[in-house]
Amino acid sequence: MNDMVVQIITRILIPFIEVFAVYVIFHGHISPGGSFSGGAILGASFVLATLVFGTARFNRKFGHMVSQLVESVGGSWYILVGLFGILAGANFLTNKLAGFGMGRPGYLFSAGAIPVITIGLGLKVGSTMVTLFHGLIEEEENHGDH
Amino acid sequence: MGIIDILYDNFHYLVACLLFLIGFHTMLTHSNLIKKIMGMNIMDTAVFLLFISSGFVRGGKAPIVGPGTEGPYVNPIPSALILTGIVIAVSITAFALSLIVTLYKQYGTLDADKIAELRTKER
Amino acid sequence: MRGRLALLLVLFIGYALILTVAEMPLFGEPGNPADNMVSHRYLESSVQDTGAVNVVAAIILDYRAYDTLGEATVLFTAISATTAAIVAAKSRGQKT
Repeated sequence: MNDMVVQIITRILIPFIEVFAVYVIFHGHISPGGSFSGGAILGASFVLATLVFGTARFNRKFGHMVSQLVESVGGSWYILVGLFGILAGANFLTNKLAGFGMGRPGYLFSAGAIPVITIGLGLKVGSTMVTLFHGLIEEEENHGDH
Repeated sequence: MGIIDILYDNFHYLVACLLFLIGFHTMLTHSNLIKKIMGMNIMDTAVFLLFISSGFVRGGKAPIVGPGTEGPYVNPIPSALILTGIVIAVSITAFALSLIVTLYKQYGTLDADKIAELRTKER
Repeated sequence: MRGRLALLLVLFIGYALILTVAEMPLFGEPGNPADNMVSHRYLESSVQDTGAVNVVAAIILDYRAYDTLGEATVLFTAISATTAAIVAAKSRGQKT
């Protein structure tokens, strides 16, 4: 889209959307929201950038390798946090018995492993949205060429 | 209590059934594959609505059990289970769309009936 | 013909669904079968068990964390399948 109004409004809007996404992800254990909704908002901001600035300009900043790396690291992070429970002598994916600090309920640093997992899962969900959308839209553009 | 009263009290479930039927009718009557996917998504939404509304408790608040909050909370288990359902719906939609892209490349049309015709001709 | 048959089927299923809704427990009633001791147990003891105030987060990431691991696996599988289908289409298009 080569409309100046849309481009400038999007450039102003995207940081706010991403800050909101990070807020929803970090406060997943004390307010409504969490990794899946926050990750979807994060993915939506990248999808908006792709729609407005085009895939070529977007890929220069945030290529396929970065997206795949974030995706794999987010998935492995979940399993690593789960394996920490076995190292501490409890079951797979335990929270309190594995010795994570509980903190004061209702504050940001509380609930042990839950925010730790939420951050990894939120990044994973966001990059999943980006990868799925890019897979479909790049195919469409290539098809239009020939 | 007559059946009309019960249906009136349960109208959330009725709306879910109506959405389900709309999605089902869309899937049956349209031969465009993208419209079939849309109908499937409407059916998904109907199931989510039915499940979520079965967990409501009258006068209940969102299940955030802070130190200062009191009173009845809505049932948290349907919300937690439907999160899984939403993720699976997104995954299935993406996979189906990618298959449709492949089909369009192969046959040059999105119509399911025309694709079936072309397939019989190929054989 | 096809549309009329579909409408008939839809009306039949709708009739069955309305009969089912008439038999269902009342919406929002505190004692209905969905509001059982499992959810009460989660609502009462989630703060001591997990430290999380949000009970839904406590359920999906602590009590039923294994389920969420499966969910992440479903997302990963969807990405793999989508990428595989599109790459297959691309390479076939180049050959012909």
